Amino acid sequence: MASNPFAHIVTQCSGPPSASDYAIDRALRMIVKGAAAVILLLVAYIIFELGRQALPAMLNFGPGFLIGTEWNVQDQVFGILPEIWGTLYSSLLALFLGGLFGVAIAIFLTQDFLDHRLSNVFRTIVEMLAAIPSVVYGLWGIYVLIPLIRPAAEWLHDSFGWLPLFGTDLAGPGMAPAALVLAVMILPTVAAISVDAFRRVPYKVKEAAYGMGTTRWEAILKVMLPTASSGILAALVLGFGRALGETMALAMLIGNSNQISLSLFAPANTLASLLASSFPEAGPVEVQALMFAALALLAITLIVNVVGLWVMKAATRKFEGKA
Amino acid sequence: MVFANVARSTLAACTLSALAFAPLASADEIQLNGSGASFPFPLYAKWAKDFSRKHKGIQLQYQAVGSGAGIRAFLAETVDFAASDAAMNDEEIAKVPTDKGVVLLPMTAGEVVLSYNLPGNPELKLPRDVMQDIFLGKLTTWRDERLQQANPGIDFPDDDITVVRRSDSSGTTYVFTGHLACASDEFKQEVGHGKSVNWPKSFVGAPKNDGVAAMIKQTPGAIGYIEYGYAEATGQPMASLQNKAGEFVKPGEASGQAALASAEFPSGDLPGYAGTPDLRVWVCDPTGEAAYPIATFTWMLMYQHQDEEKAQVLREFIEYGLNKGQKDAPKMGYIPLPENVKAKVEDALKLVGDSK
Repeated sequence: MASNPFAHIVTQCSGPPSASDYAIDRALRMIVKGAAAVILLLVAYIIFELGRQALPAMLNFGPGFLIGTEWNVQDQVFGILPEIWGTLYSSLLALFLGGLFGVAIAIFLTQDFLDHRLSNVFRTIVEMLAAIPSVVYGLWGIYVLIPLIRPAAEWLHDSFGWLPLFGTDLAGPGMAPAALVLAVMILPTVAAISVDAFRRVPYKVKEAAYGMGTTRWEAILKVMLPTASSGILAALVLGFGRALGETMALAMLIGNSNQISLSLFAPANTLASLLASSFPEAGPVEVQALMFAALALLAITLIVNVVGLWVMKAATRKFEGKA
Repeated sequence: MVFANVARSTLAACTLSALAFAPLASADEIQLNGSGASFPFPLYAKWAKDFSRKHKGIQLQYQAVGSGAGIRAFLAETVDFAASDAAMNDEEIAKVPTDKGVVLLPMTAGEVVLSYNLPGNPELKLPRDVMQDIFLGKLTTWRDERLQQANPGIDFPDDDITVVRRSDSSGTTYVFTGHLACASDEFKQEVGHGKSVNWPKSFVGAPKNDGVAAMIKQTPGAIGYIEYGYAEATGQPMASLQNKAGEFVKPGEASGQAALASAEFPSGDLPGYAGTPDLRVWVCDPTGEAAYPIATFTWMLMYQHQDEEKAQVLREFIEYGLNKGQKDAPKMGYIPLPENVKAKVEDALKLVGDSK
C-alpha cells in the first residue's frame, strides 16, 4: 500500500505556475484590456465623427438649433425643439407604462404567485417580445392598435377635451399609439432585469420580514421592492434608453409632425424618427443639421444614463445600506 | 456501398456548387451597378433581370435608395449609372466630375394619384380649388359645398379630413408639390415645391408609399398622395382630378400619355455641356382636355466618358428599356414614353461612351 491514492491529483494541481501559464494569463489580460480599449475608442470615434460632420451646422445655427421649431429644407431653416420634446414625451410615457407593467410582471413572477415552472415559461414569453422586429411593431400599431384605441380616444376627446392631454382628435398616428407600442417594446427589458433584481434578494430577507409579522403585500412593497430597487432602477434606465433611440416603429406611428403639443392624440416627431426619414434624401446642409440632431440625441441619452446611475447609487445607499 | 453513394453525391454537390459559383468568379464577367429613385424600381429591376438573363456574362443590378442618394452615389462615382425622379438640378450637374460628364435620359413616366378613405370608397371627383385648399390645410372637413356639387351621388361623412403626407424626402412629393405650386401661387408661397416641403403642421407624415397607403387605409376620412403604380397594385381608390381645361380625369395610361404629350423640351444644351441635349422637362400643369394633371418623367443618369466595354452594355441596356422595356411599363403602372421622347433619348444615347 505504498502508492499514494492522490498522486494523480497532486501532479495536476500543485506546483508553481509554468511559463505557459504565465504566457496564457498575460495574453488573456492583454486581449481583455484591448477589447475594453476598443469599445472606448469606438465610442470616442463615433462622437468625434458626428461632431466633425455636425460642426458646420453647429457654427451655422448655434444654440438656436436646439430651440428652433421649424425643419424647413427649402429655406434651410433647421430646429429640433419639437423633436426633443417628442422624444422625451414619448419615452417618458412609455417608461411610465412599460415600467409599471414590467415591475408588476417581475413581482408576479418572483414572489411565489406562480408555480416555478410556469413562471419560467411566462418569463420566456415576455422576453420573446424583445425578438419581434421593430417594423412588425410598427405594422401592428397601424393595423391593430390604432383602430383599437380610436373609439376610446374619441370618447376621451369628446368628454374631456378641455384637458390639454386630450385636446385633439386622434387622426390615426400620434403620440398615444407611439407611446403604447414603445411601452410594449421596452417591457421585456424592464421585466427581465427586474426579475433578476428580485431573484438576487436573499430569501432570508423575506423570511425575516414575515417573521416580524408583515403581510405578504407589506413584505413585497416595503421590503422586497426597496431591496431590489437598484436593479429595478437599472432596468428602467435601460428601458428608457431603448425608448429614446427607437426608430422604425416610431417613424411609422408618431405622425412625423413638427409640433409641440401636450395632447396624447396629436401627431408629433422624435429625433430618431427625424433622422431615419430625412437622411436618405438629405442635401449637404441638411445632412450637417441631421448630424447635429444625432449629437443632441446622443447627449440626451448620456444625460439620462448619468442621472440614472446617480439615482441608482442613491437608492443603493438608502435601501441596501451599501456605500 | 453507402459510403460510396455519399461520396458520390457529395462530389456531385461540390461540382454543382462550383458550377453555380463559376460565373461569379470568372474574370470577363461585366458587373454594372445602378442606384437611385425608388419610384421606377420595380420596372428597372425587371429590365435589369431580363437583360442580364439574355446576355451571358453581364450582371446588371439596380438598387432603390432614393433619388437624392442616387445622385450622391453618382457624384461620388460609386455606381455605373443612377436614376432620379427629380433629374438633377444645375448645381448638381456642375458637381459631376468633368472627366466623366453626365447625360440625363428620361426612361419612363408615372403619375401621382390621390387616394382616400371614405365610407364605401365611392369614386371621388376632386375640383382643383378644393384639392388646393385641402393641401394648404384650409379645408379640414369633408362636408364642403364644392365637393358636394362635384359629387352629387356621395353622402360625405361628418369626418375631419386627415391629410397623409410623406415623412421622408421623396420624388413623389417633388412631383406632387410641383403640380400644386404651378396651379396655385399661394401653395408655392406657403408650402413650396421640393422633395420635402413645409407642410401644415396638422398633416400626418408616414414613411414611403406603403406607409402612406397603409395610413390612408386605416384612417377614416384620410386623403394622401401615392404613386399610380403603387395604388394600382394595392387596389387603393384613386380620385379623378380636375385638369387645367376643367375636365375631371381619372389616372391611367391614356390620360398620363396625354399629359406627357404636351411636354416641351428645352431647346438649349445641358448647362456646361455643349452638344448634349437638355432632356429635363416637367409637365406641372398640362393643358390637354384628356390629360391627367400630375404626371412626370423619371430619368437615368449616365456618365459620358467611361470604359467603352461598360458603355456598350449600358447603351444596349437603354435600347432594351426604350423598346422591349416600354411594353412592360403599362402592366406595372407606368406610362410608356411617347414616340417623340423616345427618339430624343435614342439620339442622346450616343453620348454614353466615347465612340460616336
